[in-house]
Amino acid sequence: MQNSTYAIETKDLAIFYGAFQAVGNVNLEIEHHKITAIIGPSGCGKSTVLRAFNRMNELIPSVSTKGVVLFNGHNIYERDVDPVEVRRHVGMVFQKPNPFPKSIYENIAWGARINGYTGNMDELVESALRGAALWDEVHDKLDQSGTSLSGGQQQRLCIARAIAVKPDIILMDEPCSALDPIATLRIEELMYDLAREYTIIIVTHNMQQAARVSDYTAFFSLSEDGKRTGQLMEYGDTKTIFTNPGRKITEDYITGRFG
Amino acid sequence: MAIPTPPVAPLRRRTRIHEVIIQGLLFLCGLISIFVTTGIIYELSKEAYLFFGYQQWLPAHKPLVADIAPEQTLFEVGTQGPALEVGSHYRIGDEIMLLEAVDGALVQMQRGAQQTEPIAHRAGLTLSREVNPNLLEFLTGTAWEPHNGRFGILPLLNSTLIVSSIAILVALPLGLATAIYLSEYATPTARSRLKPILEILAGVPTVVYGFFALTFMTPLLRAIFGSGVVEIYNMASAGIVVGILILPFVSTVSEDALSAVPRSLREAAYGLGATRLETAIQIVLPAAFSGIAAAVILAASRAIGETMVVAIAAGAGPNFTFNPFKAAETMTGHIARISGGDLSYDSLDYNSIFAVGLMLFLMTLVLNIISQRIVRRFREVYE
Ligand SMILES: Nc1ncnc2c1ncn2[C@@H]1O[C@H](COP(=O)(O)OP(=O)(O)OP(=O)(O)O)[C@@H](O)[C@H]1O
Ligand SMILES: [Mg+2]
Repeated sequence: MQNSTYAIETKDLAIFYGAFQAVGNVNLEIEHHKITAIIGPSGCGKSTVLRAFNRMNELIPSVSTKGVVLFNGHNIYERDVDPVEVRRHVGMVFQKPNPFPKSIYENIAWGARINGYTGNMDELVESALRGAALWDEVHDKLDQSGTSLSGGQQQRLCIARAIAVKPDIILMDEPCSALDPIATLRIEELMYDLAREYTIIIVTHNMQQAARVSDYTAFFSLSEDGKRTGQLMEYGDTKTIFTNPGRKITEDYITGRFG
Repeated sequence: MAIPTPPVAPLRRRTRIHEVIIQGLLFLCGLISIFVTTGIIYELSKEAYLFFGYQQWLPAHKPLVADIAPEQTLFEVGTQGPALEVGSHYRIGDEIMLLEAVDGALVQMQRGAQQTEPIAHRAGLTLSREVNPNLLEFLTGTAWEPHNGRFGILPLLNSTLIVSSIAILVALPLGLATAIYLSEYATPTARSRLKPILEILAGVPTVVYGFFALTFMTPLLRAIFGSGVVEIYNMASAGIVVGILILPFVSTVSEDALSAVPRSLREAAYGLGATRLETAIQIVLPAAFSGIAAAVILAASRAIGETMVVAIAAGAGPNFTFNPFKAAETMTGHIARISGGDLSYDSLDYNSIFAVGLMLFLMTLVLNIISQRIVRRFREVYE
């Protein structure tokens, strides 16, 4: 499917909640098989942008989206595009672990099944759990409820669930914010491994995390005209953004002198 | 430089009189509901105990052929009516006798049984036979004929269960579909239009539903299945209408349960590429299972207790049949009819309806306990 240069490319993306413009003018190119971090102050529209990449925003009735989001070169906001199909290719891991109240096994098998997977389910469950570095901890209790796991395990279960449907891109919205440092570290290591097969976009408030794991960093902030519209301030490879940012506002945010 | 000490805040406990009053009132309300429940159970049990605990007398249609003396044990009686049973007690006036042998019209009685005084009786007086309703017969008997001393609950219970099952078969799919539509599909405007309609449905007096069953549902059923098949009074029509009656109950409680499923769970499903239907049926519905099951069970106990519709449309007179197109009185219908007529206090009929009432109470109690169990067992806790 990698027939285009970028995994995701946005052109003049603008998203509104009713009349309120949450973000505007977003032009962003996301590389295949890289980890891209989205950082910025609270309320600047990071989640909103991330959810635009798999048309998750439209679950909220008031949302309208303008501009173009190209996934592998196809505009996913074209009229004949089915959001269900988009989400099969662009998976998502949420801020708070949200396993289904089903068994660990079913948590993973369900997504694959609704996506028409007909192969060996046991193998798929095992490989997804191994891929999410969870197999060793849960292989002997696959029939236990997914909600009985610890927070960090639940989040890895959610990652396993996402990779079991074999998406091209995995979106992660602050996946470690509910986790302790050790669980966070495990997820970060996991992201490294996953980047070999998947394109990963992660929203994070943790500067060290962004610096540690990402190849590219996009910095969003509120526009200075007082309208509270989020804007892409700076985008580039992580090293440059963190060591030699092009704008003062980026530097202030990264060094904690923001606001 | 001396730092002035801030004034010490008074930490003494203050009596907040309105809090005390409100707390007292709330406690009182709780107490009253407990008293009322206890009172109901007491009254039901007492009368039901009278029913099971007491010997009752029914006419045996056996008149004395000739006068009998106090010490006479062998005498002749009429032969109509059900046969006499050896070992049973019979009664003439104030005297109770024990039947020791019977040969055609000739009976041999032990006189003055159960500490009664043997006395002379005139010809033409008729024997009463004893009826001892017992729990086993009550629970397993297939005929409810109080005038014959037969008190088997099964015909009443059976029709109650048939009517309630039909009601649930109607209310469960319709109520659940409504709830899923309202919680997962409906736009806010559609929801704001539909919910008041459901509330109107819930507010219709049950007597109106009863006549709706009789004048609309029954003719409809007769038109579909033929008037030879469907009796004018029948359980199916009553059941369907009771189903409509409990539908708002099922749908609103189920909708609450569905709406209580956190959005994050739906997002997880959509994020995996699930359609709306897959999400609603396979994720949201099971997650709301405990609430929905509780709703259905409570609706079932409402259906079991529903009286007006069945009294009007299901037919009068117990009938042990599994054919829903036949007339058969339910437990509630029977109680309503019997207590509506002029009943003498402390008669067998009177006591019998308390036994039926206690049975109803126990059934709904069991259903309530089951629903609580389900809620506790299957509830998913979302913080
Ligand atoms: N469902 C919604 N309805 C209306 N406005 C919303 C909704 N969700 C977000 N917004 C608004 O859109 C703007 C961007 O929100 P968003 O959640 O994308 O910010 P964020 O950068 O992810 O913030 P955080 O770092 O706190 O998660 C905010 O002003 C927010 O109030
Ligand atoms: Mg956010």
